[in-house]
Amino acid sequence: MGRKTPRHGNVVQFDSVGLRYDHGPEILQDINFALPAGSFHFLTGPSGAGKSSLLRLIYLAQKPSRGRVTLFGRDTLLARRYELPALRRRVGVVFQEFKLLDHLSTLDNVALPLRVAGAGEAEVQKFVPDLLDWVGLSEHIHAKPPTLSGGQKQRVAIARAVIARPDLLLADEPTGNVDDDIAMRLMYLFEELNKLGTTVLVATHNHSLISRLQHPRLHLENGALLGPEP
Amino acid sequence: MILFGARSDLPLKNDATSRFLPWLIAPMVFLCSIALAGTIILHGMIGRWDRDVSGTLTVEIAAAPGDAQTSAERTRAKVEAAIKILSDTPGVIQARALSQDQLSALLAPWLGNTDLLREMPLPALIDVTIRPEHGPDLDALAAQLDKAVQGASIDDHRVWLSRLIGLSRAIAGLAVAVVVIIAGATSATVIYATRTGMAVHREVIDVLHLIGATDDYIARQFADRAFTLGLKGGVLGLLLNIPILGGLGFFGLHRLQGGFLGDLSLPFFGWIGVVVLPVAAAALAMLTARLTVHATLARMV
Ligand SMILES: Nc1ncnc2c1ncn2[C@@H]1O[C@H](COP(=O)(O)OP(=O)(O)O)[C@@H](O)[C@H]1O
Ligand SMILES: [Mg+2]
Repeated sequence: MGRKTPRHGNVVQFDSVGLRYDHGPEILQDINFALPAGSFHFLTGPSGAGKSSLLRLIYLAQKPSRGRVTLFGRDTLLARRYELPALRRRVGVVFQEFKLLDHLSTLDNVALPLRVAGAGEAEVQKFVPDLLDWVGLSEHIHAKPPTLSGGQKQRVAIARAVIARPDLLLADEPTGNVDDDIAMRLMYLFEELNKLGTTVLVATHNHSLISRLQHPRLHLENGALLGPEP
Repeated sequence: MILFGARSDLPLKNDATSRFLPWLIAPMVFLCSIALAGTIILHGMIGRWDRDVSGTLTVEIAAAPGDAQTSAERTRAKVEAAIKILSDTPGVIQARALSQDQLSALLAPWLGNTDLLREMPLPALIDVTIRPEHGPDLDALAAQLDKAVQGASIDDHRVWLSRLIGLSRAIAGLAVAVVVIIAGATSATVIYATRTGMAVHREVIDVLHLIGATDDYIARQFADRAFTLGLKGGVLGLLLNIPILGGLGFFGLHRLQGGFLGDLSLPFFGWIGVVVLPVAAAALAMLTARLTVHATLARMV
């Protein structure tokens, strides 16, 4: 696939971004930051600080109330509807609530990003089982999400987020439901991808992860962003 | 294009809202194929009538006044004069007066008692065979006859034939209207089922969008489902229809052979049309679903 991966420059840039839901208070106020290509950041902050909301702005599920969100150099407010799929395919997302499709098998869930991008069955069979093996789900390849444990679902969600080798990986508390061993294993997967050029942003509460992996932090507090701090 | 039992990312197979689609499309295809077959059969019938009558015309000579004896003699003289003129006209192959018996036989079904007929001053009829291609100039011939033989008139069958053709056009128009209304009703049904399905699967659609699916990727899944359901309904409608069309052909061949209506069976290309109908219905359902999804999604986000 012909990708215009920016090897330099910013993959994500926020300029004076504010967000409010309906007529409520501003959840995010005057947010300014950039994720340089190839960087790895943690996004921290107490529950309700707006981490998920900030990620939603990046994966184009939400429009900012004010300010500008730039993704791969494209001002997202100016992007036309037909441009969005191509932008979104370059972003892999591990949703906090997984958003797996309950009627599809593990294999079909993980294959979705390949299929929506027009990949054939050969490609699916070549990549998906290997990745499921890697995240320890090869025994559950035909299982459907409702029969999986929280930790297993989380690994399906992660596999789906990385299967298409996205330029940007966003993970919303991806280790909330797994024990520390698996959490570290998943983080190594993210680091491997990061070494291959994927820009990574991980929202997390997990302090042991943050301290073990030396990556800069973006910290949200009362709707304002502090950092990046190392 | 993905068809038939292909995997779908949307769980459309279990949708209650679309399951009734075939049962609506079946009667629609049924009606549609009846309208189509009817139009084709009618068209063929009129073509045959046209061929049958184009080589003939009838000259009618009104009965001359007077008592029965004088009237008959005067009329016979007029008939002979008319036959002479007709025989001298280029393009006329043969002109032959119908005998009193033939005339009575023709009228008997309407008037019954032939004895009564003998008492009545009947017009005389001359059966004229003309070259179908290079026939006589009918207007000139009519003028000539009118001048030479009082009470002569030409009936070239075209008047009633043109009325029949007009009628058949009206019926064909009606059939087209039926087809258009049915197509509209089918589309409306598909639109409703598709919108309902989209509302039911809103969350799945959102996830697909976030993963980078285009509107068309989503639309195609609804379209494939609509095609399958449309084809099911269409084939069902066709199956309902085959006994009727087949029976009509059988009836036409065995009961009315040589009669006024002639062969009522559907010609081969008519069968092709009838068989293509279910596919056309499925294609219409597919296209409608696809456009509906596009329109709905464009409004959604
Ligand atoms: N869809 C929404 N509508 C209204 N309020 C929301 C919505 N999503 C989140 N919020 C509110 O925005 C704030 C930030 O939420 P969130 O971004 O989920 O924070 P975090 O992920 O850091 O816990 C919370 O107060 C939450 O109640
Ligand atoms: Mg959150």
